[in-house]
Amino acid sequence: MRFFLQRVAFYLFTAWAAITLNFFIPRLIPGDPVQALITKYQGQLSTKAIESLYVLFGIDKNGNVWSEYVEYWKQLFAGDLGLSFAFFPTPVSEVLSDSILWTLMLVGVTTILSFVIGTGLGVLAGWRRGSWTDGLLPVTTFFSSVPYFWLGIIAIYLLTGPDSFFPSGGGAEVGLVPAFDMYFIPSAIQHSLLPALTILISSVSGWILSMRNMMVTVSSEDYITVAHAKGLPERRVALGYAARNALLPNVSGFALSLGFIVGGTFLVEIVFSYPGIGFQLFQALGANDYPLMQGIFLIITISVLVANLLADVVYLFLDPRTRKEG
Amino acid sequence: MTIPTSSIEQVIPGQGSMAQPEAGKPAKAKRQRFLFLSNRKAAAGLIILGIYIVLAIIGPWIAPFDPGARGEDLMQGPSSEHWMGTTHLGQDVYSQLLVGTRSVIFVGFLAGIVATLLSVIIGVTAGYVGGKTDEVLSALSNVFLVIPALPLIIIVTSIMENAGEWVVALVIGFTSWSWNARVLRAQTLSLRRRDYVEAARATGERSGRIITFELLPNLTAVIASGFVGTVIFAVLSEITLAFIGITSSNTWNWGTILFWAQGQQALARSAWWWFVPAGLAIAILGTALSLINFAIDEFVSPRLRSAGKTKIKTNSGRTVRMRIGFTPVLSNSPEPITHASPIPVVDHNGATPVVRKEHAS
Repeated sequence: MRFFLQRVAFYLFTAWAAITLNFFIPRLIPGDPVQALITKYQGQLSTKAIESLYVLFGIDKNGNVWSEYVEYWKQLFAGDLGLSFAFFPTPVSEVLSDSILWTLMLVGVTTILSFVIGTGLGVLAGWRRGSWTDGLLPVTTFFSSVPYFWLGIIAIYLLTGPDSFFPSGGGAEVGLVPAFDMYFIPSAIQHSLLPALTILISSVSGWILSMRNMMVTVSSEDYITVAHAKGLPERRVALGYAARNALLPNVSGFALSLGFIVGGTFLVEIVFSYPGIGFQLFQALGANDYPLMQGIFLIITISVLVANLLADVVYLFLDPRTRKEG
Repeated sequence: MTIPTSSIEQVIPGQGSMAQPEAGKPAKAKRQRFLFLSNRKAAAGLIILGIYIVLAIIGPWIAPFDPGARGEDLMQGPSSEHWMGTTHLGQDVYSQLLVGTRSVIFVGFLAGIVATLLSVIIGVTAGYVGGKTDEVLSALSNVFLVIPALPLIIIVTSIMENAGEWVVALVIGFTSWSWNARVLRAQTLSLRRRDYVEAARATGERSGRIITFELLPNLTAVIASGFVGTVIFAVLSEITLAFIGITSSNTWNWGTILFWAQGQQALARSAWWWFVPAGLAIAILGTALSLINFAIDEFVSPRLRSAGKTKIKTNSGRTVRMRIGFTPVLSNSPEPITHASPIPVVDHNGATPVVRKEHAS
């Protein structure tokens, strides 16, 4: 329990750091972005919206930084992230809530799949060194060195087309209303296959490599020799003894590298025009939509923190030593 | 973007498999360098990287065309004049690739150097000083580790309008040091308890001297692997930034090529030559850097080497799998298998007998 509370405290601290960073980033913008935006949408903005923007961007010359900071937190707790300019006049929070589910389904599911598959292959490669599995490493390394988006582009080129099963972009058939019914779900799955495969192929090698190296290290430990000497079946030694212990560093590595992976998968969304957070970020960049960018950064960071917390819970179940203390 | 390709952190600290750092005698240093190069992965990776560096230096001079100059041939496939075809404006893709190499290598290495310096300063200090300093620095690096780096880089560079190579490299460097700092801290923690460090401290050496002369030489492998990992990340990030079009488009790099190709729907128009060379260039560079990292891992922990053939066929037709820590048993015959050779019976009448040992296994 103590371990768990420590982690929660750390994540709260990180969330605070990220939000503070988010508060200061727009203050680096040279010039007056709000004024530029206001003139662009002359007359369309309410006075309240302009005020909220000034708090977000800190051009409010009347207040000092501290009072702006307090004001910023108040807005956050009210769920007010400002208005999006790319999707004017939709509030940022609404834009995000529309796209977060897409990203969670695509990136969440594929990341977990990639971890499971990669770890499984890593166990195999580490346990049966010198067999065909040694060939996995160079091949997957090559694929992981390719940028995600390039792989996606090539996949679109090779696999999609007028009569192809794979659609070349989008989240679902145009005209379908998102709902859990027999029309929308199959179409959504069909559209997510190719992006998912792209992410899977380029991210799996890291897991294979780290799990293989852990397996190699663990399999020369004394307790493995003892397990063999006791005459336990090979499968049991490999999975119950070696893999179980090798898995621990991999799980904590999983949590820590989530930040890296999420960033990469966004590019896949952009290439496939998948209506998730990454694609929104792309559109926000094109339109200089700073409120949306800020909101996206916030939501990504918080999602990664939550995922980290979940990984810690898994770790808690896997490693009895962390549970023992309390 | 990618998972760090090195698992050096998992392999080294506290796993009992740590390669014992040798007190480097000057005479041995040369031999050790060659030892690293004798690893085939290291040699291959370094040679490829060397080629890229040479191209980065001479690329703009040997490029047959000005990368931005428009030509007569629009969207032409590879030919003897344009080795990698042309773009929609008749620009030569091969020249763009050559000229772009410099920017990619420059940003990769500058970001790598910045991140490595930061990680060494923060990681080694945290590990060596310990106490409150360690807690603060560890918390700092953990925060940077968990915050998604690429979105942050994208947002920061998009805010700085028309960010050039220097800005991009510095932003990447300042956001990607945390992983290495963490690894270095763990490694420093385990090193500072070693006898030779304790001894140096007992003889009254100053902390600065202990760190630079006792600790850093033994951290070389970790630092190098962290540097290589950061270069991979930086290269991919720079190309990504250029691809989504938020960095300055005045300089050519491989991402800029892909940006224009994507913008002009190159693949929909079947202009594969516009896409494929840049992508392959990235992939080969990334693979070369990963190979170097594998080699560093294997150098530090030799057990990680690919084992070669572990299945051995014996004369009797059975197959046996070699495994660490085990002596394979080749037969199940009731007679005990031993390495002891029978005591030779010496025939005193004849010449001195030569005992021929049969190999037991």
